[in-house]
Amino acid sequence: MLQDLLRTRDWLLADGATGTTLFAMGLTSGEAPELWNHAHPDRIRRLHQDFVSAGADIILTNSFGGTSRRLFLHNAQDRVIELNRLAAQHARAVADAADHPVVVAGSVGPTGDLFAPLGALTEAEAVDIFAEQIEGLKAGGADLIWIETMSAVEEMRAAATAAARCGMDYVVTASFDTAGRTMMGITPEAMADATTSFTQAPHGIGCNCGVGASDLLVSVLGITAAKPDAIVIAKANCGIPQVRGGSIDYSGTPELMADYARLACDSGARIIGGCCGTTSDHLLAMRRALETHRRGDRPDTETLIARLGALASPPPREGATRRATRRSGA
Amino acid sequence: MADDDIDLDALPDDELVTQMHDDLYDGLKDEVTAGVDILLGRGWTPYRVLTEALVEGMRIVGVDFRDGILFVPEVLLSANAMKAGMAILKPLLAQTGAPKTGKMVIGTVKGDIHDIGKNLVAMMMEGAGFEVVDLGVNTDVDRYLAAIDEHQPDILGMSALLTTTMPYMKVVIEALKTKGIRDRIVVLVGGAPLNEEFSLSVGADAYCRDAAVAVETAKAFMARRSNQMAAG
Repeated sequence: MLQDLLRTRDWLLADGATGTTLFAMGLTSGEAPELWNHAHPDRIRRLHQDFVSAGADIILTNSFGGTSRRLFLHNAQDRVIELNRLAAQHARAVADAADHPVVVAGSVGPTGDLFAPLGALTEAEAVDIFAEQIEGLKAGGADLIWIETMSAVEEMRAAATAAARCGMDYVVTASFDTAGRTMMGITPEAMADATTSFTQAPHGIGCNCGVGASDLLVSVLGITAAKPDAIVIAKANCGIPQVRGGSIDYSGTPELMADYARLACDSGARIIGGCCGTTSDHLLAMRRALETHRRGDRPDTETLIARLGALASPPPREGATRRATRRSGA
Repeated sequence: MADDDIDLDALPDDELVTQMHDDLYDGLKDEVTAGVDILLGRGWTPYRVLTEALVEGMRIVGVDFRDGILFVPEVLLSANAMKAGMAILKPLLAQTGAPKTGKMVIGTVKGDIHDIGKNLVAMMMEGAGFEVVDLGVNTDVDRYLAAIDEHQPDILGMSALLTTTMPYMKVVIEALKTKGIRDRIVVLVGGAPLNEEFSLSVGADAYCRDAAVAVETAKAFMARRSNQMAAG
């Protein structure tokens, strides 16, 4: 379904924020959003409906933390299949009732664990953990799996392997939040390269979350330069988080997100959406911007900074490399 | 030129210490513990080994981590090597009554299981000579308060990686205020989605972008505190 849409459309609009939108609906800090798939189906459907009404072509299920490793915290590790199936069913119901084609993407976030040898989790265990979640999403009617906010190649590969094992297509996006790399030190180019060796190729690769729209689009430029033929995804945060009274707000205006959407398009992204802080108002502004925009020249970093703001986590100074130690050599 | 065949025993003190800095940088646990043993054998005090070899070595690692040259995998190896060295020194330091830099209670907030960054901060703080009480992940306000009560730390560290959990920091800080102990403790916060503005809005003393910055910030607050005590 995603590929069908991409054949006829130059860009697709993905949705905005799940977690921060649920806050606005009464989710409290520390509570698992996935539990709401059972406790508050009306609110989850409203979340999806608002994005679809704003013009989203792709909606992500409320299942980011839906692996047993994460649900364990909330003593819901035995409800993986149920909560993920419900997550997909809610999105499916909204998508099927929409006045335009809407893709249901089953969100899969990181386990939060370090992989062996740095940590205890083996890749084989991780595949099983992800496969359990993906089976639930599949049962609920997800069109494809949306692996997101990743930072380690091993974890992306484990989730991709799990999707393949469940017979599901997938896309994968990483969070390049540290000096232009993921926290594990993976560059956008290296991430793009790594995915080519996965047993089943992704239907899209890209960037989400991270630290700012400018930083994210620099990473998008890295991927589109390295893989000009890939379907590239951009899903940036809506500015930076701020606490106002009891609630949390993001600094990005609809105008800023509209300009970000145009620049994402110019940077070569085919799927454009928002991450944390992006409301349906922002998404509507992005939709309008994209509908009246013609894909322009690739922007350079200076243009991105001038229009979207300074890099939050700039790359190291030119020529800065690992120190030469006596054992490692110069 | 790579040089795999270094006889640590044959190096004079200054070269050995430099080599230990290199070995920390390369994350070589066995080599670092060997260096610690050799220096102790040569009559160095545990405190001098800690500060000149381990703390200084980790400071260099911290600089390159802060500057986006080293990333989590490398720094974890370095921190593990440092920890192995520390394991030898810890009982000796306790016996010799060496000066302490300060004490920290740290934990990832309720609803959040991410502890990679938090663990790094804990290890780097230990590497900088702090005593660290690590509460682990999913820490609710009661556990923070109980640990503060029990350990009387100088610093409270809170970490969150999720936008859905980071507002919990405000819950904890408000509880400190209610108990009337907010002013007795320096609150440092960190985690990928945070920023300076957010940290101030929840009432923290500082936002620490990474583990290296956390150590620098903690040291600065401790220095300020001891100045105040000297003045008062």
